[in-house]
Amino acid sequence: MPDTPDELEPRVRRIISRWGHDPGALVQVLREVQEEFGYLPGPALTLVARLLRIPYSRAKGVASFYSFLSDEPLGAYRVLFSDNITDRMAGSDSLLEAMCYRLWAEPGKVSADGLVSIARTSCTGMCDQGPALLVNGRAITALTGERVERLCDLILARTPVAEWPAEFFAVHDNVRRADILLGHTQQPGDAIRAALQRGAAGWSEHAANERSWREAYVGAAQGPIATLEEIKRSNLRGRGGAGFTTGIKWEACRQATGLTRYVVCNADEGEPGTFKDRVLLTSHADLVFEGMTIAAYAIGASLGFLYLRGEYRYLLEPLEATLQRRRAANLLGNGICGQPGFDFDIRIHVGAGSYVCGEESALIESLEGKRGVPRNRPPYPVTHGYKQQPTIVNNVETLCAAALIAVRGGDWYRSLGTLKSSGTKILSVAGDVARPGLYEYPFGVTLRQVLEDCGGADTQAIQISGPSGVCVDATEFGRRIAFEDLPTAGAFTVFDASRDMFDVARNYAQFFAHESCGFCTPCRVGTSMLVASMDKIHAGNGTQHDVGEIDRLNKVLLMSAHCGLGHTACNPILDTLKRFRPAYERKLRSLDFAPAFDLDGALHRARKMTGRDDADAHLEAQP
Amino acid sequence: MNERPSFLLDGDEVPFEPGQTVMQAALAAGRYIPHLCYHPEFTPHGSCKLCTARINGRLMAACTTPAETATEVESETEELNDLRRTLVQMLFAEGNHFCPSCEKSGNCVLQALGYDLGVMTAGFRHFFPDRPVDASHPEILLDFNRCILCELCVRAAREVDGKHVFSLAGRGLGKHLIVNAESGRLADTDVKVTDKAVEVCPVGVILRKRVGFATPIGARRYDKSPISAQALADAPRPLERNHD
Ligand SMILES: Cc1cc2nc3c(=O)[nH]c(=O)nc-3n(C[C@H](O)[C@H](O)[C@H](O)COP(=O)(O)O)c2cc1C
Ligand code: SF4
Ligand code: SF4
Ligand code: FES
Ligand code: FES
Repeated sequence: MPDTPDELEPRVRRIISRWGHDPGALVQVLREVQEEFGYLPGPALTLVARLLRIPYSRAKGVASFYSFLSDEPLGAYRVLFSDNITDRMAGSDSLLEAMCYRLWAEPGKVSADGLVSIARTSCTGMCDQGPALLVNGRAITALTGERVERLCDLILARTPVAEWPAEFFAVHDNVRRADILLGHTQQPGDAIRAALQRGAAGWSEHAANERSWREAYVGAAQGPIATLEEIKRSNLRGRGGAGFTTGIKWEACRQATGLTRYVVCNADEGEPGTFKDRVLLTSHADLVFEGMTIAAYAIGASLGFLYLRGEYRYLLEPLEATLQRRRAANLLGNGICGQPGFDFDIRIHVGAGSYVCGEESALIESLEGKRGVPRNRPPYPVTHGYKQQPTIVNNVETLCAAALIAVRGGDWYRSLGTLKSSGTKILSVAGDVARPGLYEYPFGVTLRQVLEDCGGADTQAIQISGPSGVCVDATEFGRRIAFEDLPTAGAFTVFDASRDMFDVARNYAQFFAHESCGFCTPCRVGTSMLVASMDKIHAGNGTQHDVGEIDRLNKVLLMSAHCGLGHTACNPILDTLKRFRPAYERKLRSLDFAPAFDLDGALHRARKMTGRDDADAHLEAQP
Repeated sequence: MNERPSFLLDGDEVPFEPGQTVMQAALAAGRYIPHLCYHPEFTPHGSCKLCTARINGRLMAACTTPAETATEVESETEELNDLRRTLVQMLFAEGNHFCPSCEKSGNCVLQALGYDLGVMTAGFRHFFPDRPVDASHPEILLDFNRCILCELCVRAAREVDGKHVFSLAGRGLGKHLIVNAESGRLADTDVKVTDKAVEVCPVGVILRKRVGFATPIGARRYDKSPISAQALADAPRPLERNHD
C-alpha cells in the first residue's frame, strides 16, 4: 500500500509528466494513478489536482463520474461481473454468489481482509462468450462453476493476475459470417495510396477549396475532395446508432471554420449486447486506423483520437503497437506516404466505465478530461467539437467501411445492400442461439434469415440494437435490418420461449439508471424511478398504478431528457409491455393500489423483539 | 431602419438581440417561461428542463436555445405545464424537502414553482436519500437534503467569485454537491459569507447561519407575489427602442 504522501509523490509525478502536465488528460492520469495504486487515495487526488493546476473538487468530480475509478480502497483483486442480460441468462448471478461465498465477500464491498472486492458492471462486450468478468481490468470469459473455483484458488493464493494462465484471458472473435468488411484483404496503406492516387487522377474542377490548409500544396488538392466525393457517393451512413450520412458529416466538418480539425473514432461500444467493434479492433486494427487516416485526409485533420472503452483496456498495448508499426511505415506521422503536408497522428484515450461517454459530445468532454456529460446542442461537434474545433466522431465500423470505399469506390459500395441502406452491417448475435458471434450481412437481411444462420430455436423475441433499440416478437421476424426498417448499432440479442421478458426489461432499466450521467432532472430521477417501479412489480407488489406511472415517466423522458440515453431509457419497458403484457400482468396484483412494501413483513422485527407471534401481532392478511 | 429580428412566442411577436437565447429574449420582453436552473446573471445550464418549450415543433430547453427568426415557440400549453409539474414532483421526490421546517420556505424557488404551476400532490414515491449536513463553517450551513443540483452555486463561484468552492461529483441518482477540500468540509475551503455562491442557492441548501427566520414566514418573497411575476420584475430589460 502506497501510503505516505512522500511515497506517492514520485509515482504520481511520473504519470503526470508522461501526460505533459495537461489538465485535458485528467481522465487518463486518474486511470493510470489508479492502475498504480489500486484506487485513488485522497492525497494522490490532491497531488494530481495541484500538479495539473486544477481545483481539487474538479479532480474529485471527474474521478467519481467514471465507474471504474474509485477514491475508496478496493480489494487487491477487483472482480467485476458483467451484468448484461445474456450474462444473467448464462448464470452469472449464481457464479457471483459462489465466488462471494468462497471468498467471504459481500457484493459491492471490500472483503474484510482487503483481498477482494466483487461487484457487477454494465455489459463488458463479451456476450457471445459469457458469462464474463473483469479482474483488475482484464477480461475473463466463458465462466463456469469450475472456472470460478480456479479463479478463487488463484486469488486465495494471492497469485498476481499477470501470472494467471493465459487461457483465462482468451477472447475469441467468433466470426460466423464474413462479407466485404470482415472478409477484406486490404493491406495497410492500400486505402491511403488509393486516396492519394484518386487525387492525382483528375477531379481538378473540384480542387479549389482553400478552407483546408492542405490545399496549399498544389497537386495534393484534389485528393481530399475526390475522397469525400466517393464517401458521399457511397451513401455510407453511421454504424454507431444514429445513422447520420457520413459524407455529409465529413463535408460539414471540412467546411467549418476552425484553427484545426479532429477525427475521433468512437470505440466506446457501450450498448449492451454489442461487441463487433471489439473484434474490429482486435483483428482489423489497421483498417480502423486507415479509415481514420482517410477521414483526416478528407477533412483536413492532423490529429485523431481513438476513444477505447475501459472494458477493452487489454487491447491498448496491441493497438499502440499497431500505431507504432504504422508510424514506422510512414502511414502515420508527417508526409504520409510521401505526400507533402499530409500529416496525421492518432492518440488512444481509454475510457473508465461510462456508457454515456459513447454519446459523441460526452465523449469529447471526456477527451478533454471532464465528466462525461453531453453538451448542449447546437452547436454540434462538426463545428464545435474537441477544444471547440470542428470534429467528426465516427463509429469504428463506419471508419472501416470508409477505408474500403477509399479503395473500391462509392459506386461499388452503393451496389450492396438496399436502396436506402448501402453496404453491409455487422451484427453481434448473442443469447439463445446455437452459434453466437459476428454475422456480417448486406443490409436488407431478414431477422428470420439471421435466426436460421445462428441457430435460434423457439425464439420468443429479439432485442435489436440493445436496450436503446427495439424489441420485436415472432410476428415480426420477416422484418429487415436496414435504416428504413430496423436500424441497428449491431446488437442482436435472442430470447427463446423460456425467458421472462419482464426480467429482460428490468435488467435494461437497471442499466440505464446505472449509466445516467445525472445532468438533467428527467433522466437522473426518472431512470431510477423506473427501476423502483420495476422492482415493485418484480416483488409482487405492483398494480396497474405502477404501469401508469411507467407511462408517465416515459412521457417525461421522451419530452425532456437531455440526450439519447434518457430518450430511449423507457423503450425496453414499453416494447415489452406492448408485446408481452402477460409477463407483467402475471406479476401485478389485481388491486388498484398496493403498498410498495409488505406491511405485515415490516412488523417482523417488532414481533421478534417482543417475542410475540400470535394473531394480534399480525396485520390482516393481504389479498 | 432595420427590422428588429423576432420570433413568435405562443402567437405573439418577441423581439431579440442576436446572441440571446429564447429565454433571455422572452424575459426581456416581459414574457415568462418557467425556469429553475436559469439565472440571468450566469451562463445558461440547461439541466432542470423546466423551461422545455416546443420550438418549431421540437422540444428544446428555452434557456439554452439561441433565438432565431422565423421560429415559433410554444410554452404556455397544458402539455408543457404538465411536464413542468411532473419535473417539480420529481425534484421533490429526489431530495428531502420538509417545507414547514425549512428556513427557506417562502423564499424557495422550487416551492414557489410548485405553487405557481399548481402541483397539488407528491406524485411519486420519495427516495428519502441519506444526506448528512455540513455545519463545519462558522457562518454557513450546508443542508444537502434539499439540493436540486442546479449548479447555480457552482456557476456563481466560478463566474463571479473566481473560485471553485462548489462542484459536482458522482453520477446518475448518486450525483451530489461537493466542496473544494480534501476533507470534504466547507470550513476547509476559501468560501466567504459574502460570496455570490452563498447567496444564489434557489432552495434551502446554502444557508447563512443565524439569520434564517429574520423575515417571518408569510412576509417572504414568494408569499407576496408568485414567482412568475417576480421573475419578470427581476429580468434585465433592454433599453427601450423605438418600434416602427
Ligand atoms: C447514450 C449514447 C451512447 C452512445 N454510444 C455509442 C457507442 O458506444 N459507439 C458509437 O459509435 N456511437 C455511440 N453513440 C452514438 C454517437 O453519439 C454518435 O452518433 C456516433 O458515434 C456517430 O458515429 P457514426 O455516424 O459513425 O455512427 C451513442 C449515443 C448515445 C446517445
Ligand atoms: S428547499 Fe424549498 S422545497 Fe425544499 S424543503 Fe426548503 S422550502 Fe421546501
Ligand atoms: S446547493 Fe443550491 S445552488 Fe448549489 S446546486 Fe444545490 S440547489 Fe443548486
Ligand atoms: S443526459 Fe445525462 S442525465 Fe440526462
Ligand atoms: S431553466 Fe432551462 S433547463 Fe433549467
